[in-house]
This record gives sequence, structure tokens and C-alpha cells, in this order.
Amino acid sequence: MMGHRKIGETSDEKPIDTSKVVLRLVRYLRPYWKMVSVALGFTLINAVSQGVGPFLIGKAIDGFISQGDKAGLSQTMLLLAVVYLAGMLAMRYQIYYMSLAGQNVLSDLRAQVIDKVELLSLQFVEKEESGDLMSRLVNDIDAINSFFSQGLAQSVGSLFALVGIVIAMFAINWMLSLAVLIIVPLMFLATNIFSRFARRAFRKTRTTIGDVSAGLQEELGGVRVAQAFNRSDINIRRFMERNRANRDANVSANAITSAFAPAMDVLSTIDTAIVAGFGGFLAVQGIISVGTVVAFLQYVQNFFRPIQTVSRMWTVAQSAFAAAERVFELLDTPLDITDPADTKEMPQIKGHVILREMSFGYDESDLVLEGISLEAMPGQTAAIVGPTGAGKTTLVSLIARFYDVHEGAVIIDGFDVRSVTQHSLRSQMGLVTQDPFLFSGSVMENIRYGKLEASEEEVYEAAKAANAHNFIKRMPQGYETLLGERGGTLSQGQRQLLSIARAILANPRILILDEATASIDTRTEVLIQKALNKLLEGRTSFVIAHRLSTVRNADQVIVLDEGKLVEQGTHDSLLKLGGLYADLYQRQFYSPEAAQEDEKETKLAIGPSFSAAD
Amino acid sequence: MKSVSRALVYLRNYWPTAVGGAAALTLVSLANLATPQLLRLLIDRGITPLDMQWILWIALALVAVALIKGIFNFLQGYWGEVTSQGVAYDLRNVIFEKLQSLSFSYHDQAQTGRLMTRMTSDVELVRTFIGMGLLQLISALVMLFGSLILMFMMSWKLTLVVMLMIPFIVVIMIVFIRQIMPISKRVQRKLGSLNTILQENLAGMRVVKAFAREEFEKERYKNKNVELLDENVNLVRLFTTFFPSIFFIANLAVVAVLWFGGFQVIDDQLSLGQLVAFTGYLGFLLMPMFIMGMVGASMSRAEASSQRIFEVIDAESEVQEKPDASPLPPIRGEVGFDQVSFRYIGAEQDVISKLTFTAKPGQTIAILGETGSGKSTIINLIPRFYDVTGGKIMVDQYDIRDVTIDSLRKQVGIVLQETTLFSGTIRENIAYGKPEAKLMDIQSAAQAAQAHEFIIDYPGGYDTVVGERGVGLSGGQKQRIAIARALLVDPKILILDDSTSSVDAETEYKIQAALEELMVGRTSFIIAQRISTVRNADLILILEQGELVAQGRHEDLMQTSELYAEILETQFGDRSELISVVEEEMAL
Repeated sequence: MMGHRKIGETSDEKPIDTSKVVLRLVRYLRPYWKMVSVALGFTLINAVSQGVGPFLIGKAIDGFISQGDKAGLSQTMLLLAVVYLAGMLAMRYQIYYMSLAGQNVLSDLRAQVIDKVELLSLQFVEKEESGDLMSRLVNDIDAINSFFSQGLAQSVGSLFALVGIVIAMFAINWMLSLAVLIIVPLMFLATNIFSRFARRAFRKTRTTIGDVSAGLQEELGGVRVAQAFNRSDINIRRFMERNRANRDANVSANAITSAFAPAMDVLSTIDTAIVAGFGGFLAVQGIISVGTVVAFLQYVQNFFRPIQTVSRMWTVAQSAFAAAERVFELLDTPLDITDPADTKEMPQIKGHVILREMSFGYDESDLVLEGISLEAMPGQTAAIVGPTGAGKTTLVSLIARFYDVHEGAVIIDGFDVRSVTQHSLRSQMGLVTQDPFLFSGSVMENIRYGKLEASEEEVYEAAKAANAHNFIKRMPQGYETLLGERGGTLSQGQRQLLSIARAILANPRILILDEATASIDTRTEVLIQKALNKLLEGRTSFVIAHRLSTVRNADQVIVLDEGKLVEQGTHDSLLKLGGLYADLYQRQFYSPEAAQEDEKETKLAIGPSFSAAD
Repeated sequence: MKSVSRALVYLRNYWPTAVGGAAALTLVSLANLATPQLLRLLIDRGITPLDMQWILWIALALVAVALIKGIFNFLQGYWGEVTSQGVAYDLRNVIFEKLQSLSFSYHDQAQTGRLMTRMTSDVELVRTFIGMGLLQLISALVMLFGSLILMFMMSWKLTLVVMLMIPFIVVIMIVFIRQIMPISKRVQRKLGSLNTILQENLAGMRVVKAFAREEFEKERYKNKNVELLDENVNLVRLFTTFFPSIFFIANLAVVAVLWFGGFQVIDDQLSLGQLVAFTGYLGFLLMPMFIMGMVGASMSRAEASSQRIFEVIDAESEVQEKPDASPLPPIRGEVGFDQVSFRYIGAEQDVISKLTFTAKPGQTIAILGETGSGKSTIINLIPRFYDVTGGKIMVDQYDIRDVTIDSLRKQVGIVLQETTLFSGTIRENIAYGKPEAKLMDIQSAAQAAQAHEFIIDYPGGYDTVVGERGVGLSGGQKQRIAIARALLVDPKILILDDSTSSVDAETEYKIQAALEELMVGRTSFIIAQRISTVRNADLILILEQGELVAQGRHEDLMQTSELYAEILETQFGDRSELISVVEEEMAL
């Protein structure tokens, strides 16, 4: 049972589990506990200076200015300057180390993401919208970044400062301090209510930006087709819709946070009024001095400044938490294809491949391949033929374990492919796909992809063997020509030649050719065919072939139809059988009415030059 | 700051909320300025003389001011967001539209990962600047000058003391902004290349896995990741050098004011309330300068981002519609190449050079040549995916550069080598070029392309979802949908680029038969691998390294062109061998 697993769809209604997400983010700080502790140490100093500063100011007003003591005032002011200097230095290192830790966490998160991406199965990635995946990997991590780069240091610093100020306040007068703190529960309540709405709204902003990216990704990939079919207008309209949904989600989310900061502001001013009223009352009663009230009015301001900072950062944090949730979802996605703990390394492959009663479907209900059994001896070439959609590509993908079989097994040299590490298995396989994928980089790098440590000479050799050397040489910078994404200006045939060169360089034990020669012109193909024939020698090969010569030279031909193996044997024996293969063969390689005429003409026209070209 | 100011032009669509936001913020700033005055009254009139009446009234006034401030604060936040999101929305749309219209030359070079970064994080940076930075700048200026004026009114001597700190802060800010610009540029660039790697790993996963290159890719990514980390650390270092210093200078000003002002209070030149209010305003001076620093930083990052955004928006498509281009009327389908040459931008060699031939209406033109000889280029030039770099292409009597691009492409149907399907239903995919098409027409196009049968085999039939998140189609099935898509447009000019290569023999046979019928009455260009197509073509073009080395009908070329014979031979080589084998077997 494997079925397809999707990244957990976050419904906007899901209960809020901020604490879980935050705890998990905090856990990432663990390796950087030294930086964090240093930062916290400096934060402490900074907080003390923030507490002492107003205390000194209060003392200056209450004790010296009111008393007319100029000398005392001067001393206090010097002390204040020193305190501020210490505060500045502490702040500097506090922010520095905190941000450093934050950036390291992000870097770790990115590294984890790529680790995960490389582990994901092909089936998973094919089923997900790659744009949405990209959005998780890019935009969501960006959102977390804003929090770490702006929010974290400031928030932590502010919280410490708050503690310092509260202590200083209590040192002066506990009654007025309580009056200041009376508003705090209200603030918590307000934060709680706002958070509930904000979280939901921010989740929506994250999913809608995911949609925008998904749309973007697809349209950028298909821009050529869009132009060919005059579709730009409709595509633009479709994109605008997603773009609009994202805009609206952002506006609603920010409506909530826009209300939050002023609400906190109003609460803080009410508190100032309370302190003024209560303090005035106490002063009238003669319980405290006028100076104390004045000092407290300063404290109230200082008390709320960090709270305002935190509430400003709160928006960034909400967005970051929603984003972190999506990133964690991806990181937590269970893997379809794993190497269990006891997996062995695949030894040097000889190439004895057995498929035993193998079944597979992309959906469990809909089998693409059913009960396939076959055996290929080391060095043999198996040609796979069958109508479109018969399951040929899937079959070869299973041998390379791009997918795991539902039932039965793929056994190579006596090892079930699931019992060996994917890396040791695939590093001995070579693949040339229908749609050759090239990476942005030079031609050299792209061929070298097959064998990273290959020397330039080896790369040239491989390119020559694949008949790619000549056209590469003709390019402006030769092997150093940079290829854009997906090969840029190369023709599909040229891309295929490069991908063949790559496979030749890899020198695999098992080779998989998937219709690789289909779009190369016949002239080039002959040369390719020769190179491939050499390549096929001595290795077990599975070839999805359209070419007669491949089929005829194959040690066995496997005929698939609607996911079942219907015929198996050599070209000759299958022809005699007169079944599906004979039928396909007639249609593909031989159309009688054309052939009869062609035969006469071609024999006449090209007969003489035939031997020369061979 | 040129690019940012260009981005600001997009504000004009949102001027009501932009102006509203700015006005609301100004009111908030004024309310902020009023608060220390209330505190001064509170101390001087209420607390110092211990007048409870005054204390209560002023406390109430404080709350009232806070409420008003709160309301306008919300409005400025909300309107600011509406404005900035609007600008981001417009920018993304403009970029997207541009990308849709840029020619193939651009897309050949462009990297999806980079483009995506521009449309997401670069736009976001510009948005943040407009939404928060710009509005905050307004408020900062109001606060700065308002505070200075009020301070001046209270005590010009103390104000002069305060003014001493301003030049220091301004200098620090300028140095800071200068330094942050190049670093933030580098950060964005590193981010872009990081995303490109990710992108390629998703798109090319099969290759990565096939060559067991996971570790290599991780390494590649992680190296870039470390570089990004380094740049980010540089950014952090810059911030931590400058911001605490600004704070410190501002705090020194507080010390100076208290010291000097304290003496004044002692000498009875200033009231205690005034001194407290004065220190309150000092806080207001600090905030705006701090904000201006932030805005400066945000502006330089926004500038870097705007530059990248406008790089896309300003990209010149070499395929341009002439201002006086008229729509191409319904054509007969004659296509003439007159000394046509083409080379890619920056390339040193022509891909094709001085090609001349004429295709009469309804003719089938087969293009032969080896890989890289320029076959695909020829057919990409006809719908103006690229523009010729020499000579001209005529459709009927029109130079294709004189007519509107839409009207040209509407009459050209194409099946490209790469069969791209979009997420959506099969029906939508076939109707891609003609969204208003009726189901009946879609079905008959699918039938002609031999796609109908496998489509109705799916439980969802024509409404089956394909593409990302949809069912997986085989290469051959995709190709047949692509053919149906081209047929539905009912073009006068039909282009088939190697389109039947990954269809199995049986299907291809059927498609060929259908195509032959469909080619009747259309001028068709075919890059073909099949001899039967070539033989029946009205005109065969043989290319070698971008040059037209021979053209004519099969019979003529057999006599005159050695290259043609050679090409046929390689094709027929297999075939004659096959024929003899078949004959043998039949004899048995």
C-alpha cells in the first residue's frame, strides 16, 4: 500500500497551534546556543541600561532638579551617559548575535529543504504543482527570514527591556507599578483575540501566493505554446485572478494587524491616564512626591515602547509562523521511497535483471502494469514495444526504482531493488529520457554530469562517441558555451545527443533508453546507432525502441499492451507468432503500398553509394 | 533611485487610498505631537500644584486623543496596505504580460527561477517600501519638523542643544545607505541563483535521480546557501554598526537636554513640565530619524529590486508589432522566404542564411536536414517567434512584420517538439487556442488526431484533469492532444515539428492518414522523419548547416541532389533491409 501522499492541505480553519510551530522554530536555535546565550547576555545588559536610564532620569528630576542641586545633577548626567554607552554596545552585540543565529537557522532550514527535496519520489514531485512547491521553498522561507532578520532580535530585546523596566518601577513605588501593570491582562486578551483571526488570514496569504507561483511556473514553462496559440490574453486574465486573490488575502490579513497596533496604543494611553490620575491622587494625599509621579509618567512611556515594538513585529511573526507551518509540512511529508535502516550497498552489478509478477499503478485503483514477469541475462538487450500508453515508460522507470512496485519485485543480481540503497543502485544505471533535461551551466558541465570526476579528455571522448562533438565545436564558445534552462537554443536532437554523451560518460552497468533516438534526423541517427551499439555491448539494456535495427538486434523483444506483457521472444519468433508484434511491425516498419514503389526507386537511386556510407 | 520612482508611478491608480493613508498618518503624527503638550499641562497645571480637577480632565483628554489616533492609525494601516498591495498586483500583472509577449529569444535565455524571484520577492520588497517606507517617511517628516517647531517654541536654547546631534545622525545615515545598496543587491542575486538550483532539481528530478546525483546537487545548493548566509551576515553587521550608534547619539541628546535644561529649571528659566515635555519630543525626534534610516535602507533595497523588475518590463522584444500594423486578412496561404537569414542574439554565426523558396497555397513542404541544420528555426520564423535578421518572409503579399502578430498567429497552427500541456481538463487543453470552441468541434479535432478513443477511456472523459496534479499521459497521448489543439484552430498554415516522433507505429499510421486529409487546403510545413511524407511533399527543402542546399520534388531531387540521396539512403537503408527480411519471411 503506498498510494500518493500529498503535502498536508492546510485548511484555513485548522485550530491554531502557534506554540508548536514556535517551539519547533526555537529548536532550530539549539546548535547556536552559544550565540544565543551571548546575545541574551548582552540583552540583559541592554535591559538593565534601559531600566537604569529612566531611573536616573527620575532621580535627576525628583532628587536634583526639584532640589536645585546642580552638582548632583551633573554627576547623574555623567552616569547616565555612561549607562547609555554601555546600552549601545550591548544592543549592538545583542542584535548581531541574535541575527547571526537567525540567519544560521534559515540557512539550516534551506539545507534541510534541499535534503528533503532530493529524497522526494518522482511520483510525488510529478503530482505536486511545482510552483506551489517552489513557493514553499522560496516565499515561505522568505517570510520566516523577515521574522528572523527584523523581528527576533528586537522582540527578545524588548521583552528583556520590559522586565528591567518593571523591576525599576517596583523599586521606586509598588502601588503605581501595579497601576501600570493593571492593563497587561487586557493586552494579553486583545493579542489572543487578534491572533486567532490573524493566523487564519495569514494562512490564506501563504496559500494564495503559492497559487500565484504555481500559475507563474506553469505559464513560464508553456510560454511558447501560449504564443503559438495566441493565448496571452486569456493567460493574463487567469494570472490576474490568482494575483487578485493573493492581494485580497493580504489586504484582509493586514486589516487585522492594522487594527491591532492602534488597539495596543489606545490601551497604553489609557494606562498613562490611569497613572496620571492615580499618581495625582496619591500625590494630593501626600503619599508620594510630585517627582515620583513625573518619573512614573516617563516609565509608562518606556514600558510601552517595547510592547509597541513587539506588537509591530507581531504581524511579521504571524506571517512567519504561517509560512513555517507550510515549510514544516513539506519537511514532514512521509517519503514514498525510502532506504530502510538495514539497506545494503548494491555491489558491482553484473546485470541479471528479473521482474517477478510485478504490478504497479499511479493510483491504487488503476494499475498501469499488471503481473509482469521477465528476465534479462547480463549483457542482454531487451527491446520494449507496444502501443502508446501500454506502460513502456513506467516499466523502465520501475527498474530504476523511480517508483516502487505495488506487488511482485524487481530483482537485480539476486537483490530486490528495495533492499539496496537507491544511490548504490542508480549510480550503476544510465538513462536517456524522451525529454532530455539539461541544467543551466556549460556544455562541459552538462556532459560531466554523468561522471563528475571525468577529465576534459573523457568528456570529449563521450561527446565524440555520441556524435555531439562536431556541433559543440561549432558553437561560439565550444564546450564552455552556457546553456540556458532546458538547453536554451539547442535543438531537441542536439539536446538528445548531449544526454546520450552524458550516459556514455557515466558508463553504467544497466542502460535504459527511452525512445531516445526518435527525434534525431536519420543521418545523425545512424551514427548514434553505431555509438549506442557499442555502448550496449556488455551491459544489460532496456530499450523502448521505434527502430527496426534495435528491435532486430535485441536479445529479446517484450510486447506490452494495456499494462500486460502479451508477447515475448526474439524478433523472428514473434513475427512468426503473427500476433500483436507482427501487427505493429507491419504498420511501423512496413507499409506495403509505399514499400513496393520505394523499393524499386531506392534500389536504383542509392544502390551504388550504399557501401560507401557503411 | 530612478527605478523606485518609476515604481511610484504605479501609485496613480490608487491615489485615493494613498492620499487617504498619508492624510490619516499625518493626523496620527499630529496627535502624537499633542501628547507631550498634554503631559506638560498635566505636570505643570495638575500634578505640581496638585489640582485633581486638571489631572482628571487631562487624563480624559489623553484617552480621547488616543482613541482618535487609534482610528486614524487603523485607517492609515489599512489604506496603506490597499495601496501597496495594489501596486504589487499591478507590477506582477505588468511583468506577466510582458513575459507573455517577449519573443522566444528572451525565453531561451531566461531562467524560470530568476523570473519567479523577480515576481515574488523583488515585488514584495518594492511593496514593503511603498506600503510602509513611504508612508512612514511622511509621518517621520511631520514628526520631525512638528517636534522641532514645538520644541523651539518651548525653549530655543534647548532646541539648539538638540540640533547639535542632527548632523552626526545624518552623516551616519548617508554612509549606511551607501553601503547597504551593493550588499542587498548581492543578497537578491544569490537568492535568485539558489532558487534556480531548486527549480532545476524539481524539473529535472528524473535526471538527478537517474545519475544518483542527489549528493552533488545538495552540495551545489549548499555552497550557494553558504554564500547567501555570508552576504546576510554582512547585512547584519552593517545594521548592527549603524543603528546602535544612532540610538546612542540620540540618547546623548537626552543627557544634554536634561543636564542643560535641569540647570535652567533650577535657575527658574524653564518649568519642570516643559522639561519633561521636551524630553518627550526628543523621543519623537529620534523615532523619525530612525525611521528615515530604515526607509533609506528599504529604499535602497527597493531600488535594487525595482531595477530587476524594470529589467524585465523594459526588455525589448525583438519581435515588435509596428505601430501602423494592420490585421492580416484571411490568407490563401502562400509563404515566401526571400533571402532569409537568422542568428541568435549574441551569436557569431547565422543559424540559417539567405534562404529563398516559395510555398504555394495548399502545398506541403517537407524540411530535411541533420540535427542543428536550422529546420526548427525556419518554422519558428513563420509565426514570428523570432524575427529574421536578414531578408523577409511574405505571407500572401504581406511582409509578416507589417501585420499584427495576433492576426498572423491566428492563421498558423503549430505542433511544437515539446508537448506542453497545462493543468486543466483535456477539453480545456484542446480548446487552448480557441477557448470558445464547442464540445462537438473539440471532439472532432480529437478524433482527427486519434485522441478521442483514449480520452473517452478515462472515467472523466474530456473533463479528465491533466497536467500538474492531474493524470499522467504518455508522450504519445500528449502529442495527440497537441495535434488536436492545432487542428481545432483550423489554420491556413500548419506547422508540424517532428510531431509524431514519440507515437507508436499504429497510432502514427492513423495520425498520418488523418493529417494527410487535414493538410488538404492548407500550406503545411513538416519536419518529417517518415519517407512517405517526404515523397508526397510538393516541395522538399534540404538544409545543411543553415543553408538551403537543394529544393524540389522527390523525383527531381533523386536525380540532382547527392545529399538527398544520402539522407534517403540512411532512412531506406534500414527499410530495404527490412523489405528483404519481410520477403524472406513471406517466402517461408
